[in-house]
Amino acid sequence: MTSIPILREREGQIYQKGREPFKMSCGKHSLAGSVSQRACVFCGSRVVLYPIADALHLIHGPIGCAAYTWDIRGALSSGPTLHRYSFSTDLREKDVIFGGEKKLYSALCQLIDAHQPKAAFVYSTCIVGIIGDDVEAVCKKVAKEKGIPVLPVHSEGFKGTKKDGYQAACDALFKLVGEGPTEAVSPCSINILGEFNIGGEAWMIRDYYKRMGVEVVSVMTGDGRVDDVRRSHGAALNVVQCSGAMTFLAEMMKERFGTPYIRVSYFGLEDQSKALYDVAAHFSDHPEIMAKTREIVREEISAVYPELQRIKPDLEGKRAAIYVGGAFKAFSLIKALRYLGMDVVLAGSQTGNEADYEMLRDMCDDGTVILDDANPLELSKYIIEKKADLFIGGVKERPIAFKMGIGFCDHNHERKIPLAGYEGMLNFAREVHATVTSPVWKFAPKAVIS
Amino acid sequence: MLLRHTTTEIKERKALTVNPAKTCQPIGAMYASLGIHGCLPHSHGSQGCYAYHRSALTRHYKEPVLAATSAFTEGASVFGGQANLLQAIDNMFTVYNPDVIAVHTTCLSETIGDDIPQIVNKARAEGKVPEGKYVIHTNTPSYVGSHVDGFANMTRSMVDYFSESTGHKEKTINLIPGYVEPCDMEEIRRIAGELGIRTIMFPDTSKVLNGPMTGKYRMYPEGGVTTDALKKTGDSMGTVAMGALASGPAARALDAKCKVPCEIIDLPIGLHATDMLIDTLRQVAGVNVPESLTFERGQMVDIISDMHQYFYGKRVGLVGDPDQVLALTKFLVSLDMCPAYIITGTPAGKKYEKALREVTKDVPGEVKIKVPGDMLLFHQWIKQEPVDLLIGNTYVKYIARDEDIPFIRHGFPILDRVGHSYFPTVGYRGGMRLLEKILDALLDRKDRDSTDIEFELVM
Ligand code: SF4
Ligand code: SF4
Repeated sequence: MTSIPILREREGQIYQKGREPFKMSCGKHSLAGSVSQRACVFCGSRVVLYPIADALHLIHGPIGCAAYTWDIRGALSSGPTLHRYSFSTDLREKDVIFGGEKKLYSALCQLIDAHQPKAAFVYSTCIVGIIGDDVEAVCKKVAKEKGIPVLPVHSEGFKGTKKDGYQAACDALFKLVGEGPTEAVSPCSINILGEFNIGGEAWMIRDYYKRMGVEVVSVMTGDGRVDDVRRSHGAALNVVQCSGAMTFLAEMMKERFGTPYIRVSYFGLEDQSKALYDVAAHFSDHPEIMAKTREIVREEISAVYPELQRIKPDLEGKRAAIYVGGAFKAFSLIKALRYLGMDVVLAGSQTGNEADYEMLRDMCDDGTVILDDANPLELSKYIIEKKADLFIGGVKERPIAFKMGIGFCDHNHERKIPLAGYEGMLNFAREVHATVTSPVWKFAPKAVIS
Repeated sequence: MLLRHTTTEIKERKALTVNPAKTCQPIGAMYASLGIHGCLPHSHGSQGCYAYHRSALTRHYKEPVLAATSAFTEGASVFGGQANLLQAIDNMFTVYNPDVIAVHTTCLSETIGDDIPQIVNKARAEGKVPEGKYVIHTNTPSYVGSHVDGFANMTRSMVDYFSESTGHKEKTINLIPGYVEPCDMEEIRRIAGELGIRTIMFPDTSKVLNGPMTGKYRMYPEGGVTTDALKKTGDSMGTVAMGALASGPAARALDAKCKVPCEIIDLPIGLHATDMLIDTLRQVAGVNVPESLTFERGQMVDIISDMHQYFYGKRVGLVGDPDQVLALTKFLVSLDMCPAYIITGTPAGKKYEKALREVTKDVPGEVKIKVPGDMLLFHQWIKQEPVDLLIGNTYVKYIARDEDIPFIRHGFPILDRVGHSYFPTVGYRGGMRLLEKILDALLDRKDRDSTDIEFELVM
């Protein structure tokens, strides 16, 4: 194995537990010249708002930004599928010189006439920020003329990281909240925030709460509908998935409407059960909810338990490397992998903050490498050093793992099956098992770097 | 019905692209750069674009795709990206040690007007570019052209930066393969090899983006044209460039710079276009066509004659990159098929459209062509009158499903299948593979749709 140099400027973003005093320098902008795995503001807002299926999503910018985000996340809809189209103003040179406002106006009008959406989101990409189109004014004008909310999403890529995109998306959503009728909403009701219905996850989670006797007013934004968002302030509690993407919205709703919120994770048996119990505890005036919850948890766990037990012995002692977007996902993954008997030898995130990394440090065993904003070389270096058997990451990490002859599990864009909930845990265990124990790894030598 | 919002009625749209049949310049430049050995593509702009470009290429090739970014912040967007690029060049050579850094711009850096050559010169003056290493660049504003132009621009930059003429002509031929798959590049090289010709191919992504699983992670895989070879292109006796849009600019630049005469021909897809390639190579290099190639040709003709009745009169809808679409259209016409709807998202120009019209002038019925067009229009045409077969990239699968039409994946991107980077569609062998795909699609459909009475063992 050859050694890999690490950029001096990056030394503060790599930490091996137990070796040195912990001080992760995170929240930094990626270094120029790095092969960062991170994305942009626009990417953040696009993934949050994308699943709202009866809204128009118009991307104001040159074609690329729209083309690359065209249906890349399988956020399923039980009804309309307008979100699966790719609409772009496709700015050309002339627009860049003379401005794109006219084009935006005409595109919006045409689309609203053709599709009669419930609302429209207009994403500004980098170049719009530079040429200085007054997107806000165009949106206002169209909203007035067409009688639907037309919401600018300020997502110019260079203005920050993906996390800032979450904020921009929440700002846009917040303009809808409070606009709809709430008379019919039950006192035992919640909104589910930060759940995007990849592979139908939102349907499963929604169903758990319903069976507990809790009304789900809206899921933001999985299988989302504009009208649900508009009346979401009628819910008694916001339940925020720990990804962090929608905590901003929960905060704003707390401030304006007094809606309290709790943070949960739907990943792994332990966290999923806690997510249900915490909601039940919130409605303690209705003890029947807690009783029902206990029943559901028992039922659901016993349904998946036997097969999980059968899978576990094969995974006992295998080593996993995790590199995901938000740090919160890493917490749940570590717990779930431990449940399966596996060791986590590397844990990294693209956008963790100091508190996240301290939490990670507390959770991890000695020797685990903790990374912020890593690049492929660093990732492969530690995969080899730590002899990982499994890599959990996103699109760009998949072929790296496979080239090095270890298993891979996508926990980001490209998953086809639900990993949330009880069933999801079983799916996860099956997937990890399938990839780690695949016979194909017998045909390839183990990883070395050249 | 995934595309249930698509209407049959077509309205003129000027300000709006729906379901694009193209993407932006930098990804094409990134793909071309990966065809230089030891090259690290560098995206000068903010990191979002580049993350998308890497992801899209990764999804299509299912291979690690490395590139670096200038990681613009708001500051860089206001004051220019010089500081970022200088630091980036320094960091890249220090940590990733490439032979070449190939810089392309994004919309953002284009619009603020960074002068890349000036910045690179500064980097060199400051000693940030090690001895024997190169930094090349191309401009790829995405609000002009498409990914095809990005590919063409980066390929032309290889000539601008590397090609030299020593005044001494070599017996080599330059091959510019166009925006095709790594396996296509390999196949074109093989054909030239059969003719006994020494070649330099650029860009060359074979063995880079279709590499083997070895248990090793290589930052710079084995393949790619070397910088030495690129320099020598100026001494070659001729250039054969395939695909006017993707390869024409580089071929002409090389002629202008080093007086290497060029022949610009179609992508060698189908019988006639492959004949053209071989005939052109034969003439430029002054060689004879070996029996081995004549044999392959004969096999291809044999398949067509065996099965010609199934091609006859079938209406086809075709979407893709201009060079690909033109060659495919010619191929389909030669099979007695009827390309009915033809769309390319790339603004390829009037001359290109005229060429398409010329090829399809004898096709019975109305042939609808839109350059540039998008997939919504394509779908609307199909809703008005269906076709028997669809050919296009993965996104066409929505239309194929909704309208229940047999579909062959071809072009970029293909996100949901493998094979495209391993099995060529150029040359006679590639043509046979295409024939097989077309026949499979049509005959599977016939099997599926025929009644018990019509269902037959032999076809
Ligand atoms: S901004 Fe980036 S992704 Fe968007 S079109 Fe331009 S280069 Fe492509
Ligand atoms: S960085 Fe800017 S231009 Fe690039 S994808 Fe993001 S929004 Fe689009």
